[in-house]
Amino acid sequence: MNPNPTEAAARAFEVVRQEAARRRQAALDDPRPAIRVCTATCGIASGALETKAAFEEALVEFGVEARVFTSGCLGHCYAEPLVVIENPGFPPILYHQVTPGLARMLVRYFLLKGDPSFEHVLGAIEENDMIPTVMDFPRFNREKRVILEQCGTIDPEDVYDYVAAGGYAAFASALQRPPEDVLQEVIDSGLRGRGGAGFPTGRKWELARNAAGSDRIVICNADEGDPGAYMDRTVLESNPHLVLEGMAICAYAVGAGRGLVYVRAEYPLAVNMVARAVQQAREIGILGRDVLGSGFDLDMDIYQGSGAFVCGEESALIRSIEGRRGTPRLRPPYPAEKGYLGRPTVINNVKTLATIPAVVGRGAKWFRGIGTDNNPGTAVFSVVGDVVQAGLVEIPMGTTLRTLIFDVCGGIPNKKKFKAVQIGGPSGGCLPEEFLDLPIDFDSLTGAGAMMGSGGIVVMNEDACMVDIARYFLDFTQKESCGKCTFCRIGTHHLLEILDRLTRGEGREGDLETLDTLSRDVKNGSLCGLGQTAPNPVITSLRYFFDEYRAHLEEKRCPAGSCRALTAFYIDLDKCARGCDACVGSCPVEAIFTTASRKKSVDQDLCVKCGECVVHCPPEYDAILKVSPPHLAPRMERPPEADAAGSEE
Amino acid sequence: MNAMVNLRIDGKEIQAPEGRSLLQVCLENDIYVPNLCWLAEMDEPVASCRLCFVEIDGRDRPVSSCAVQAAQGLVVRTDTSEVRALQRSALQLLLSVHDLDCAHCPANKQCELQRIARFLGVALKPKRLEKTVKNLDFDEGHPVLSIDHDKCVLCGRCVWICRQSGYPILTMARRGIETYVSTYGLADDPETGCRGCLDCARACPVGAIRAQESG
Repeated sequence: MNPNPTEAAARAFEVVRQEAARRRQAALDDPRPAIRVCTATCGIASGALETKAAFEEALVEFGVEARVFTSGCLGHCYAEPLVVIENPGFPPILYHQVTPGLARMLVRYFLLKGDPSFEHVLGAIEENDMIPTVMDFPRFNREKRVILEQCGTIDPEDVYDYVAAGGYAAFASALQRPPEDVLQEVIDSGLRGRGGAGFPTGRKWELARNAAGSDRIVICNADEGDPGAYMDRTVLESNPHLVLEGMAICAYAVGAGRGLVYVRAEYPLAVNMVARAVQQAREIGILGRDVLGSGFDLDMDIYQGSGAFVCGEESALIRSIEGRRGTPRLRPPYPAEKGYLGRPTVINNVKTLATIPAVVGRGAKWFRGIGTDNNPGTAVFSVVGDVVQAGLVEIPMGTTLRTLIFDVCGGIPNKKKFKAVQIGGPSGGCLPEEFLDLPIDFDSLTGAGAMMGSGGIVVMNEDACMVDIARYFLDFTQKESCGKCTFCRIGTHHLLEILDRLTRGEGREGDLETLDTLSRDVKNGSLCGLGQTAPNPVITSLRYFFDEYRAHLEEKRCPAGSCRALTAFYIDLDKCARGCDACVGSCPVEAIFTTASRKKSVDQDLCVKCGECVVHCPPEYDAILKVSPPHLAPRMERPPEADAAGSEE
Repeated sequence: MNAMVNLRIDGKEIQAPEGRSLLQVCLENDIYVPNLCWLAEMDEPVASCRLCFVEIDGRDRPVSSCAVQAAQGLVVRTDTSEVRALQRSALQLLLSVHDLDCAHCPANKQCELQRIARFLGVALKPKRLEKTVKNLDFDEGHPVLSIDHDKCVLCGRCVWICRQSGYPILTMARRGIETYVSTYGLADDPETGCRGCLDCARACPVGAIRAQESG
């Protein structure tokens, strides 16, 4: 045992820090240009690996000396693949939508000839006199980055890069304080869990610290499963050490000797990044026996979940780790008291843990300066759907939905109107326009019938049918219900069936009342959080878009023109151009025929309502219209083949 | 022996050992609370059938009595309108996926579902809900048992009791409305298979799982 663990930790960390600083300086001193390709999953999906290969090829071909690195996600997923080029003599420049062809061009013109190709520049990363910086865009300057601060700017595969950016300093400083002190800092910060319910993190830790039992364990819940949400994945892929540092601080504060990252196997890149990070943290003495000479032992592992949505619920997650069927159990007792194998267990979301280093490093007071009184800090959202700039956004709590959707994410594309925003994933609610000025925080959203959730936001324009949206989410929760308790297993099945009927125009009298009462029963009667929140999309859409439900039920009409069974396409003969065949070729079922006037018409009995003809009708005619209910579409007889040919002059 | 505590259920003063499941305390004192998934021997309640709701002073909504431990001074009501509404809703849901061929069912007149329906005044045929039956089109094969998935209420008693046998073979499979009690086709494995104790059949509240008729 070290006689003075506090001093030892400070000294041991200083050695690591100096090594990191030395490596960073060496990289800065390197005169060769650096190319950083963002290769998180969002980038890879947009072709970042091909772009990277194209850079490497072009460098060889043109004989340019440059270094190619990979980094995580900058959050601007609408502009992927993103590439930052640091070319001596220029500020670091961010390029968007860098295709392999553009990569070649950038090597040839920028690296070889010094032309930054302004038309492809998103902005400069640093202040300069040459190129506007990205900070001038609302997207950048409305954000406040605490969790995502280093995402996309550091190399997630190099622990020294993280340390050089200030990483693990908060953990090293925590080791020099009594654990109670660290715990108090987190309590004072008022941080609330980012997994959805917003339980005070400090209180959870305190429960675990004070719970009877030994072998405490810290679990990072990275079982992200909301459709369209990928905040946790991005953080793990782009900055895994930040999460490990948060876990390490938590372990020290509650007296746990073990950490476990529960990450779904469908996130192979995140799994790799975390595995490498754990390995590297062990190598530099951040994990293992006698961490940094402080006398504190800590190790971490990864557990790969098999992708059941319900395993994001903490008690189901624990069962899954224990090797049992992932079904929730009734709480209390809470996992903080009796969790994994009956031991006190802290389970925190990825983003909660990723906030911890900042809270402990910069202090509770600093943290409370961000956000609102009851909801300090920032919130990370993945904003998807009908917005111009989809991607990851980190904003201070209390920012309004309007600011988030219209300022930060650029509003609704194609001059469409905003209709609703689904916040909180399948357990959240659909909020209409009048809630746009609602501040985003745990309490306001819950009050409106939605939920903070873990950070998924789906923006919908006027073409979205709210009945169909509710049906979509119920379909998800029914399929993901673990089947254990009556209300969730059978209740969501019936809710889904009624919604299905409505979207097919087969709604029955009393269906809306049943939807309403059954939703409430499922909410009040279900065993776990999944079932208790599953009806939220139904409850909120019924409350805010009741007319739309009525139209489906009483008039068999879909006001948004989205439900296939309730719509029909027809061709406006005044607009259709004689002799144009664009739609005919696009129709997969040969439902479009030529009328006697040599214009086109749709055979309603054959039409499968795919909408291809609308896409192919030349914009100057714009002749294909969609109506609901379908009987409003004018019907025309298909002329006999011979007649049609004969009528041509 | 646990210390005795005093609690009040439906206005009745009752003494019970501290920590005993509130559901058990009710049943022992002739206060019937509908339930399907609970067995007195379980050390941790399953709490999956969502029937044994009661209201407790100080809690803002009905709670599952099986998971509440008897404690000094608890004031409990088992018969409030909110409790009954939830219980009826849960029962209607269970009945909506239950094969109502009672006349030919061996559990007829000993069936817990029938008993609870009578107690709650709920008609066996669901009115507002579309009837759904699973019609699982496969047979996992079992040397001793026959499992009727359209009668099963998925209370999980059989799974729990099978675990206690030392040769666990029953488990839940699939998710959502497709969940069913399964043997994963391993019931006749000579080493790990079923020993034919039939504890599961005795534990079943509705006669969905029972010994195969000989011949």
